Amino acid sequence: MSTTRYRVTQDPLRLDDLIDAVTASLDGDPPPGPGALSTFVGLVRDHNVDRRVLRLEYEGYEPLALRAFERIGQETAERWDVQMALHHRLGVLQIGEASVMIAVASPHRADAFAACRFVIERIKQIVPIWKHEFFEGGDVWIEGATANPDDDGARENAYRLASDG
Amino acid sequence: MQVTIRLFARLRDLAGTGELARDVEEGATVGAVWGILTGEFPALAEYESSISTAVNAEYSRMDSTVSDGDEVAFLPPVSGG
Repeated sequence: MSTTRYRVTQDPLRLDDLIDAVTASLDGDPPPGPGALSTFVGLVRDHNVDRRVLRLEYEGYEPLALRAFERIGQETAERWDVQMALHHRLGVLQIGEASVMIAVASPHRADAFAACRFVIERIKQIVPIWKHEFFEGGDVWIEGATANPDDDGARENAYRLASDG
Repeated sequence: MQVTIRLFARLRDLAGTGELARDVEEGATVGAVWGILTGEFPALAEYESSISTAVNAEYSRMDSTVSDGDEVAFLPPVSGG
């Protein structure tokens, strides 16, 4: 059983690993159930804008990505009563493969859903990982947000998206 | 003194390398390191206003000071998830 909360890996992701990570910390014999468990899985899509996508290659700055995961974990815990795990895959991914998995355990379903949404929004803002898209006829690096963890406006926007559902 | 420069994604493609070592002056800032890079690889200059920077795998600012042996990273806009 794996209980690693934050992971960047070339290997295929396994949702069970994340679920173990967010439930293993619950003390008791038998261990108490968390009440609610929310998960998000991001999958490689076969199209983007008007392009037919063949595969994605993910690159990351691993030590900083893991620190960003920890930061997102702290921001999540400041707002909600949750346990969070986040695994992101790097390397060559085929259509339909999972690039990112999030698991959030909480006593309350509203917190679990909201925190899960917050985490994926925050990943797209501050985690140093990049998609290199290979499509029919070419390839392109996808560039989204300029990563700035101290940008309070971006963080508040992620909290707002999470709360509004 | 010397720093190691790390480049990622399209910045790495534009420079043709993801890692290089360069001599910098004592008290140099991250911005000064960026200046050395764009002097050597003018194509990187288009990222001036959109990059993020890190020193020793911690986010930094352009006016952060670097030390001998530091790893200075330049990151184009991110697209994880």
